[in-house]
Amino acid sequence: MAELQNLMHGFSVAATLPNLGFMLIGIILGILIGVLPGLGGANGVAILLPLTFSMNPTSAIIMLSCIYWGALFGGAITSILFNIPGEPWSVATTFDGYPMAQQGRAAQALTAAFTSSFVGAIFAVLLITFTAPWLARFALQFGPAEFFAVQLLTFCSFVGMSKEPPVKTIAAMMLGFALAAVGMDSMTGQLRMTYGYTDLLKGFGFLIAVIGLFGIGEILLTMEEGLAFKGKSARINFRVVWQTWGELIKLWKLFLRSTLVGCWMGITPGGATPASFMSYGMARRMSKDPSSFGKGRIEGVVAPETAAHAAGTAALLPMLTLGIPGSPTAAVLLGGLLIWGLQPGPMLFIEQPDFVWGLIASMYIGNIVGLIVVLTTVPWWAAILRIPFSVIGPVIIVICAIGAYTVNNSMFDVVMMLVFGVLGYLFKKLKYPLAPLVLALVLGDMAESSFRQSMLISQGSMAIFFSNPLVGGIVTLALVLLFWPVLGVIKDRLRQRERAAGG
Amino acid sequence: MATQEDDKGAEPGAGIGTRGPELGVALLLVVLALLVITDSLRVGTGWADDGPRSGYFPFYVGLILLASALWIGFSALRTGPKAQAQEVFAEYSQLKSVWAILWPMTVFVAAVTQLGIYLPSALLIAYFMWRHGHHRWWLTAVVAIGVPLSFYLVFERWFLVPLPKGPIEAWIGL
Repeated sequence: MAELQNLMHGFSVAATLPNLGFMLIGIILGILIGVLPGLGGANGVAILLPLTFSMNPTSAIIMLSCIYWGALFGGAITSILFNIPGEPWSVATTFDGYPMAQQGRAAQALTAAFTSSFVGAIFAVLLITFTAPWLARFALQFGPAEFFAVQLLTFCSFVGMSKEPPVKTIAAMMLGFALAAVGMDSMTGQLRMTYGYTDLLKGFGFLIAVIGLFGIGEILLTMEEGLAFKGKSARINFRVVWQTWGELIKLWKLFLRSTLVGCWMGITPGGATPASFMSYGMARRMSKDPSSFGKGRIEGVVAPETAAHAAGTAALLPMLTLGIPGSPTAAVLLGGLLIWGLQPGPMLFIEQPDFVWGLIASMYIGNIVGLIVVLTTVPWWAAILRIPFSVIGPVIIVICAIGAYTVNNSMFDVVMMLVFGVLGYLFKKLKYPLAPLVLALVLGDMAESSFRQSMLISQGSMAIFFSNPLVGGIVTLALVLLFWPVLGVIKDRLRQRERAAGG
Repeated sequence: MATQEDDKGAEPGAGIGTRGPELGVALLLVVLALLVITDSLRVGTGWADDGPRSGYFPFYVGLILLASALWIGFSALRTGPKAQAQEVFAEYSQLKSVWAILWPMTVFVAAVTQLGIYLPSALLIAYFMWRHGHHRWWLTAVVAIGVPLSFYLVFERWFLVPLPKGPIEAWIGL
């Protein structure tokens, strides 16, 4: 049980007074980000990342990951009280959460949401605690070909799993790779695609892209919908919490199922949003009375929230062990690690045990602190949402601009933020997925160098990707996922033909 | 992250369809793909003595981007120009509200590059509260001055992160 020993050591790192303070700040900032429109987990962490440059990496990542937990909690508040999903993964929570609030059961809905988030997260953290060291040891044997295969799997599963049209997923992803390639080639030192502009030497910062795509893009979308916040208010007292918990214990099967869905979707880069929808759909299908969903069933809140948090947390497992983030927010955290000079991947567990186990321990404490904070402070957050958008909107734009500037102290980045913002608006309206773009931008250089190193080893032969069962298996799985949509189309065609023949 | 399902059932003619924007974005992607491919060819897509050249990987990225953008473009062309056949991209009233925030944002960014962050921030907040919120003048003034000031305290004093400053800050002596 080396893991338990390590974990205990981690607690001694994480549970120091300053770190607990950073956790609390992180959680509160995170909830704020989750509640405000236009600021989400990914761009919130991106904007606050520069603030942590002067901190030590362990405290910094603890604070940043707590912002992430806070954002996950915060999304539920707006969806239940205001029917506005503060985060995309809380869309499914509005289906039953808002009807519950309309029926005067807002406190129950919120308690259920927070508790499910907590349960989902804790199970995912347990998963990380016990499988991460094992996965990291396993990944130590990986060569460049294996790493490229895993990266290929990540990207192919986007094509296979996303709701958006596959060709748009591919286009968004390739745009990400292309933008990542701009600037100096890390292997030969050659300048690429700068076309003589010195501002492009550094390439496109993915933090800027995240702030623009998710922050500014979201503001434009929010504006389009014409904001009128009409919300229910809620106060949670201890008796309601206690009663709701009693009710929730009976739903343990639902919790278990939703957690499994969430963990799976988080590790494979499906992400929190599809996980929440999938879990909601499963809960409805397996219920005895599916038609009562959408009218205020507590199960309809539990299922998506549990899965979203489990997925959001489990996304950190591949990020830590393989250096491949499972979600845009995990990608931003990965970017943070790189900035602090920590190379995520299997070696991290050997070289920086304090850091890794401190972070894992902080996930336990952070989620407990988060649960207590949200349960006690709901009315304040609801009050913040009543501030009109004519005040919040420009303030968020200013925050995004500050965030974009402070990453590299560069004015060019502020301009790029605006460009990415408009692009993000267009992409969202036209159903291009943003997550593959961001992940390709983050992983582009890594994927390229592992591909080129593999090619060097094999002298340019693609056969290296099938040279042993491990790499061959991963590549085959990736190709199956890539062509999954094609299989779906063929199946539909066949079915149509059958129907045409039959009728 | 698709939070919006834009099928609000608006009657055709009340907004613009997806065909135009779809073609525009596809065209943009084609141009970017061509830029990537051209420059990859310039730096070399083959092998040098020390391994693959710099254009080796981006070249194929550019090719796939080109192919998918052309696919998107052609399938948009195939829907035909009739408004009824298309999904609604946005209604005119929606586009108007997007524009109402997009142009001040653009002016703000342009101003930030010249004047630093503080003055443009105050002006942006003040303009928005006055134009769209119709708040009382003293409240507008308090928020417009208070927010940049608190950013100054948090970033420059507490976390020691310098923010861009312009001639006015230099004149005050910050």
